[in-house]
Amino acid sequence: MAVSRLQYIRRRLLLAVPVVFFIIVLNFLLIQIAPGDAADVLAGEAGSATPEYMDQLRRKFGLDQPIYVQLWTYVSNVATFDLGFSFRHNKPVSELILSRLGPTLLLMVSVLLISVSMGILLGAIAARYLNRWQDNTISTVVVLTYATPVFWAGLMLIVLFSVKLGWFPTSGMEKIAAFHTGLARIIDIAHHMVLPVITLTLFYIALYTRLMRASVIEQYTMDYVTTARSKGLGEKRVMWGHILRNACLPVLTMAGIQAGALLGGAVVVETVFSWPGLGLLAYESLFARDLNLLLGIFFISACLVVLVNLAVDLLYASLDPRIELK
Amino acid sequence: MRDIFRRFARNIPAVFGLVILVLVMGAAVFAPAIYPQGPFEMVGRPFLEPLTDYLLGTDQLGRDLGAGLLYGARVTLQIGLISTLIAIFLGLTIGGTAGYFGGWIDSLLMRITEIFQTIPFFLFAILLVAILKPTLGSVIFAIAVVSWPPMARLVRSEFLSIRNREFVQACVAMGMGHWQIILKHVLPNTLSPIIVTGSLMVATAILIESGLSFLGLTDPNVMSWGFIIGSGRSVLRTAWWVCAMPGIAILLTVMAINLVGEGLNDALNPRLKNV
Repeated sequence: MAVSRLQYIRRRLLLAVPVVFFIIVLNFLLIQIAPGDAADVLAGEAGSATPEYMDQLRRKFGLDQPIYVQLWTYVSNVATFDLGFSFRHNKPVSELILSRLGPTLLLMVSVLLISVSMGILLGAIAARYLNRWQDNTISTVVVLTYATPVFWAGLMLIVLFSVKLGWFPTSGMEKIAAFHTGLARIIDIAHHMVLPVITLTLFYIALYTRLMRASVIEQYTMDYVTTARSKGLGEKRVMWGHILRNACLPVLTMAGIQAGALLGGAVVVETVFSWPGLGLLAYESLFARDLNLLLGIFFISACLVVLVNLAVDLLYASLDPRIELK
Repeated sequence: MRDIFRRFARNIPAVFGLVILVLVMGAAVFAPAIYPQGPFEMVGRPFLEPLTDYLLGTDQLGRDLGAGLLYGARVTLQIGLISTLIAIFLGLTIGGTAGYFGGWIDSLLMRITEIFQTIPFFLFAILLVAILKPTLGSVIFAIAVVSWPPMARLVRSEFLSIRNREFVQACVAMGMGHWQIILKHVLPNTLSPIIVTGSLMVATAILIESGLSFLGLTDPNVMSWGFIIGSGRSVLRTAWWVCAMPGIAILLTVMAINLVGEGLNDALNPRLKNV
């Protein structure tokens, strides 16, 4: 079992190689469409790069070479995580991204865990009490939150809970001037996290609740449910012991597919709350017209999504033994 | 046809959605008649609260928010509809080719579709608009490019199941061309799920557009809802309504489209409802 799992992981990682390659090629194409030559794009259009660096870039990427040689140079650079240099921040792009990765992951993992578990719970309740007041309440709230623009929800939460009530801070990840350490720091960060996490989870809870509700309703028609009932099991047992596990599978698949979307949501939420992660970095680079940094963030995010999908696949296989690790 | 209409009319949320949608369309159509001066005109003092001189108040430059909202409806609906039409066309072409011909074409196209589905689509849209310079056209293009994969997958699975049905096999045996079979026999049988998914895609397109324009990635010559929220952000503490009003407009429009889409789904596939 352990051996086959390792082999499975290795095979899945190999499958991810063409995906990553495709994304690098996509990045290369985007650089080609952008106005100016690749050196202009890679140095950032802010004009803050020195002429020496521009010359060095042009030589490094062989801009006098045919296009396929340029592509190869670009691919081999990115594949070794050489993502270039950001003159705006005066740091290599890879270093910048690594320093901002932590806060984003913290936000994303919290959002993913909360919204998947809440969605599964609410969706199951809605389906269990189909067309009764529980279902109607949940479904109405879901229809509303599913249509709410994420950034707007964040701004309105700030108006209510920060400006009017003063319960939560409006921005940032921690009070830097307070120099909290240990537990105090954790509490401080958690306090700053509440609003951004609620903002993003609202939408995703709605998404997963819808999916879970539909999935449970579908499971109700299956033969094994009839069998369980005819054994004399109560509705509670049937629901929580038999249906839940099967009904979760589409939700988990969706959670994997949505990982990319979640990172996109991070851009707006981090921008709204000045959360010092990758999303805010993307927004800043947008303003500084630091395209190379933006391309680097895109590349790293895509790699993250590939990893998340792998993790979801493994989880999937352990939840449903019928799925073989092929 | 009448059955479809009756089933739709009995669905209260769907009718409610349709009413809102008609109102939004009316706002889009009559905006120039109601506010001939346009959305950028400064009409009064900045930061007038709603329900004072102007129904929805004024923003930080003294522009009437009502005018901004009505003209914003034009931009939003326009971008939502056109980008969805392009995405449907892309999805039909790619998914249809994959599903109809199958084999290695299918595997290749579906691999590409999967990759497009895994990349963070909003970041990709941001990159496209940033590189192409923000104009109405580039925003529409970016939204279309990131929205076609679900449509392609849907069309593929529909085509795949119909491709092997007897009536299609009969057409092949009769020596009909691929184009004729696809356009006359396969496509009409897949229309209802395409319509439903397409209508829901308009809602997603509007949400993407509002997110992009919130970040400032929008044509500076047009007033859009997301742009008003993005520029009103800096005055959130003093004038919350500048951000609140366009957000409510987006919420209502997206919700209305979702309700109509689901109503269409129930009306077009009545059997699914009774499971």
